[in-house]
Amino acid sequence: MPLAIVLHSPVMRRRQFLILSAASVGGVLVYTLGGQPSLLPAQDDNSSIRIPLKFFTASEALIVAAAASRIFPSDQSGPGAREAGVVIFIDRQLAGPWGRDGHRYAHEPFEDGAAAEFGYQGKATPSEMYREALKGLKGFDQLTPSEQDAKLRTIETTVFFELLRRNTIEGMFCDPQHGGNVDMVGWQLIGFPGPRMTNYLEIEKYRGEAFRPKPMSLAQATAHPNRPGEDES
Amino acid sequence: MKTLPKTDVVVIGGGWTGLLIAKELATRSAVKVSILERGVARHKEDYVGGMDELDYNVRFRMMQNYALETATLRYTLRDRAIPIRQLGSFMPGQGTGGAGEHWGAVFPRHLADVFELLKSTKERYGLKKLPEDHAIVDWGITWSEIEPYYTRADKLVGVSGKAGNIRGKLMEGGNPFEGPRSEEYPTPPTKQPYFASLFEGAAKSLGYHPYPNPAATISTAYTNPDGISRPGCMYCGFCDRFGCMIGAKSQPTNTLLPIVEKQKSVTLHNGCTVRRIVYEKGPHGEGRATGVNYIDQSGEEVFQPADLIFLGSWTLNNTRLLLLSAIGEPYDPASGKGVVGRNLTHQVSFTAAQAFFEKPLNRFMGAAPAGVRFSDLDGDVFDHSNLPFLRGGTFGGIGQGYQPIVGFGTVPPSVKARWGAEWKKQAVYWYDRVGAIGFSGEHIPYKTHYLDLDPTYKDHLGDPLIRMTIDWHDNERKMVEFVVAKGVELAHAMGAKEVAAGAAYGHYDTRRYQSTHVQGGTIMGRSPETSVVNTYGQHWQAPNLFVMGASMFPNNGSANPTPSVLAFTYRTADAVIDRYLKKPGMLA
Repeated sequence: MPLAIVLHSPVMRRRQFLILSAASVGGVLVYTLGGQPSLLPAQDDNSSIRIPLKFFTASEALIVAAAASRIFPSDQSGPGAREAGVVIFIDRQLAGPWGRDGHRYAHEPFEDGAAAEFGYQGKATPSEMYREALKGLKGFDQLTPSEQDAKLRTIETTVFFELLRRNTIEGMFCDPQHGGNVDMVGWQLIGFPGPRMTNYLEIEKYRGEAFRPKPMSLAQATAHPNRPGEDES
Repeated sequence: MKTLPKTDVVVIGGGWTGLLIAKELATRSAVKVSILERGVARHKEDYVGGMDELDYNVRFRMMQNYALETATLRYTLRDRAIPIRQLGSFMPGQGTGGAGEHWGAVFPRHLADVFELLKSTKERYGLKKLPEDHAIVDWGITWSEIEPYYTRADKLVGVSGKAGNIRGKLMEGGNPFEGPRSEEYPTPPTKQPYFASLFEGAAKSLGYHPYPNPAATISTAYTNPDGISRPGCMYCGFCDRFGCMIGAKSQPTNTLLPIVEKQKSVTLHNGCTVRRIVYEKGPHGEGRATGVNYIDQSGEEVFQPADLIFLGSWTLNNTRLLLLSAIGEPYDPASGKGVVGRNLTHQVSFTAAQAFFEKPLNRFMGAAPAGVRFSDLDGDVFDHSNLPFLRGGTFGGIGQGYQPIVGFGTVPPSVKARWGAEWKKQAVYWYDRVGAIGFSGEHIPYKTHYLDLDPTYKDHLGDPLIRMTIDWHDNERKMVEFVVAKGVELAHAMGAKEVAAGAAYGHYDTRRYQSTHVQGGTIMGRSPETSVVNTYGQHWQAPNLFVMGASMFPNNGSANPTPSVLAFTYRTADAVIDRYLKKPGMLA
């Protein structure tokens, strides 16, 4: 596992960091923090990248990174959650309005026993759900992959696991401005070109043969300033 | 509460209907119009840089904020309703343009018999064929009366497609089952994505009559009768749930707003939430609306007096505002008395079958309405004598622009894993090899399906939420069973390697998006005993209050409602401008 943690400073309101080896995240890491897009070039295989966390503690981040890597593993069929930076994506989502249910109706009474068709009716917000569930996964990142899979199978019918699975897919394939899909590894894996402005000439040309233009991120495709949802109040 | 100086006209809601009525009034009469829109201001330019699937298609940036207000739902009169806590089965919009900003821009007309469903069903099959608890009523208008207004709506947006019936003459390549239209489509059909062309071939091979999907995301540059010019579609695939960056997708902000904004007589106020229409009862039962109470951008409560009020919010909100304002008699399903809230319908809209192919489909290229459909199994086009259900719908093979977060993970039924290495490998392989055969079907009204105010749950201002009582009945469940079998047959005819049959209908599922085509609640008709408004949307108990939108529709035709919504709004505009303004009172 190319993941390690360093606690930045042993004081009360310490900021926590996730330390990734450069080799684990491909060539460059594209992410935004506080609305500022950053490009961090990796020097060599021994260098590492310190990523400030917005919601998770460092140990929580390691558990989430490990679990996302079992859901969407990095293997011979291509890169996975680790290279895409899924844990960074989830950290930012949980720190933003979505993490605190900024757009969900949260008035009481909560009817936990409602039929599944009524959707999630619990009181806990996504960030509360993660915090609680991660308590039950302490030491997960220290397990072997097959032990990790066995552990995940014991929770795979829970609301939390469904959320983690969904967030992992989001982090694999979102625009890189959200912290996931680093270097567009997710898009390259499935042949999605990103926000491509026009397919006018190609749409009726390719009939049953793959057309795979080089992916472009939103920042590359347009010079228009954009503020990702997680950075809104 | 602050009282503002009186204005001639207040329009509640700045979406398709609100901006259309404001445009017509401002350009054809001398009245002063104030539009109250509770959401943010929006222009076409705001969508540059908005091609972000996560924020728009997953977190729903353009939709109504359910933290502030939602609806509750229950299946029967005996149940306690549960709030729909997150966006799911339908997606109300928020901000200037309303749901018309993020819609998919599929632009079909209703079949000609949708307006006289009761009459035509009775004539063909007899009363016995109708479900016992149906609430079907005729609209009080016929195809030939509404057709000219459809044509105006078509020209407003420049809809792309191919006519199948022009003044009774059948046209090759169009829908032979459509009501006769007075003119050809304003613009030619869109380009056809590969998946749509496979669907077209299969439909033909099975004897159906496929035709290009009517598309308000237009195929080529077009200038409408108001002088608004818009470009043709580039097939970027960011349509449904996004705003169109170039304006090829018809939206209120690129067809109506540019004209409305130029009118000195119209003011559009954003961030203004109307809480009540103030109503004064007259000595003989009939009353009038005197104005609206709203909360303005600064949070101040305001009374705006007006002579004439147009209610053009989204379907459920139209009914809710009438109920909150105590205008008209609320519908009581037990006695069948009252009208406000009756005939709530949604739409039988789902994936009939998923087809998995060996060849890649390049599904990122497309547009929400770009594709092919057929109507052979729509309405009463096919004989129902020996079928256990009434009506039907259209099948579509659309290449709408497949996006990776929502699209990833659709695997054939033979793949059982939902995570891990095997799932990943399969999901990556199938990502661009799967397409959905869609179905959009009618939903007939029932006596027990209605809207009222929820006794428990409130919005952020403390007003009761709207409560939906609705579920699927045998008619829908049996229609779905029939449709799934046809869908599977089509998928095989398309050459699919594997096919996943659509799921059967159990109970109404708030988690699955089915369409934003919720209808009814303030239905039109010929009598105040059975309807809330007349066919002009004029309220029976308040001649100076007009309700606009799909809440007027007594039954849910299979077609997407926006063309009908615009057609009826044009008809209302003509009646008000040509007759009401000259002599205020009930329109005959």
